[in-house]
Amino acid sequence: MTDFRTASGALPGRVWKKPPFIANPWIRYGLFAVTLIYLYWAFSTLPFNWTRISEGLPRAARIFSGGFPPSFERASLMWTGFKESFQIAFLATLLGVMLSVPIAVMAAKNVAPLPIYLLGRSLIIISRSFHPVIVAILFVAAVGFGPLAGILTLTLYSVGFVGKMLAEEVEEIDWGQVEAMRSVGAGYLKVLIYAVFPQILPRQIGLSMYQLDSNLRASAVVGIVGAGGIGGTLMNAFGRYDYDFAFAILLLIIGIILVSEGISGWVRKKIW
Amino acid sequence: MLEISNLVKRYGHNEPVLEGLDLTVDGSSVVAIVGASGAGKSTMLRCINRLVEPTSGSIKLNGSELVNLRGSALRHARRRIGMVFQGFNLIDRLTVMENVLSGRLGYVSFYQALTRRYPQNDIDRAFQLMDRVGIGHYADKRADQLSGGERQRVAVVRALMQEPEILLADEPTASLDPKTSQQIMSLLQTLASEMSLPVLINIHNVTQARMYTDRIVGMRHGQMIFDGVPKEFNQNALDAIYGGIESPEEDGDNTADKDSATQQGGVVA
Repeated sequence: MTDFRTASGALPGRVWKKPPFIANPWIRYGLFAVTLIYLYWAFSTLPFNWTRISEGLPRAARIFSGGFPPSFERASLMWTGFKESFQIAFLATLLGVMLSVPIAVMAAKNVAPLPIYLLGRSLIIISRSFHPVIVAILFVAAVGFGPLAGILTLTLYSVGFVGKMLAEEVEEIDWGQVEAMRSVGAGYLKVLIYAVFPQILPRQIGLSMYQLDSNLRASAVVGIVGAGGIGGTLMNAFGRYDYDFAFAILLLIIGIILVSEGISGWVRKKIW
Repeated sequence: MLEISNLVKRYGHNEPVLEGLDLTVDGSSVVAIVGASGAGKSTMLRCINRLVEPTSGSIKLNGSELVNLRGSALRHARRRIGMVFQGFNLIDRLTVMENVLSGRLGYVSFYQALTRRYPQNDIDRAFQLMDRVGIGHYADKRADQLSGGERQRVAVVRALMQEPEILLADEPTASLDPKTSQQIMSLLQTLASEMSLPVLINIHNVTQARMYTDRIVGMRHGQMIFDGVPKEFNQNALDAIYGGIESPEEDGDNTADKDSATQQGGVVA
């Protein structure tokens, strides 16, 4: 009775190996082969012009050496650019988050009827399908250079991301609370504000903080295509070969991102 | 008075969960509904306040038909039916008081609900009921900070805030420890007689059903196979309902486990 192996009839020294991730050997090795062939083809057909790359290297070195030491002489210009970027990011986050709540409810299968659900999902898919830079180019063309284009761009960007995440959160709520509110005779909107919103609130705050952080970053990028903010200042500095000023701006951007990431991380950790 | 007649519930094209159920509950009696998991107890209770849509049949509460109500008529009917759940189903992130007041959601306007400006009468009643069940000092505490028994008390008070004409309790003690579950059962019993409120309780614990209720209804395969006072609920009845499962109290909640024992036919005692 003490020897379990004999009791169960199994022999000692049986071989065990972790089952392979892809069970079918043809698919497993086929995938390897296809990847290798594709890589070979991609590298052999892409036009790498080695002479131009070697010519470019000293130019890169010149830019870097021109950037040191970074010049903070025109700090007021930087400050103006940063302020505008922050305004764009903040307003876009506020607008985006406010819009994303109803859209998230529309796009949650468990609380929205099918036609509304499809509409909500398509709104989210549309606002997520283009990178903010592309959207910014369109909005700059539509409403002209400046912060308005930036705000509109990042609002759309926020709606896409926050809306999608919130919709998923709504789909995962504890349904018992909804049933309880239905059973007391509450209508749709009352069920939403009592049984649904309290459950998604922490996630909502966390996402807003994350989105503010992300919008601040993106506002620097969309500024480059003319949508206002510090990105525009950076682009001008490069255009005028003011590499030392441009480097100062880059340092500022890194600093801002570090600080905002720290704050948003801290806030998100504080919410349970 | 609650009158259920020929109630049928079928999910999709499967076997019906309820097969022409008849049940009448009058006065302030506390009725226990016992039966193995999957017998249709929960479905029956949820048909009454229409969390589950009955396939056919009739459910009348004090003379008015509940089946086929829609929209605001359905919401008005639900106000008259209190419900207590196994998992309490409190709004965890709101305060105890907000949870209690949410029992009035069917009566107040959307603006009042949103801003929590409930009528003074409701607030008075809330404090009075909370004191009655011993949770008055928790008014501003978050609901998820309370213990299981305290949470179920909040849920009971929330249901009573509706000024219901009947109280449904879907396994109200199944997530509680034995002592707390006795307290909740005896609370339901005394509240029923104090407020002359009929109470329907789905329960697995047969001992508690015998102890705290006036009438026991046994269900099996969607049909009522026992109906009598606790004294008549003997071993034969138990066998008929649970089909030889020895100790239903220990059977717990393994819903999927419809073992072959329940398949053999039981005869009404």
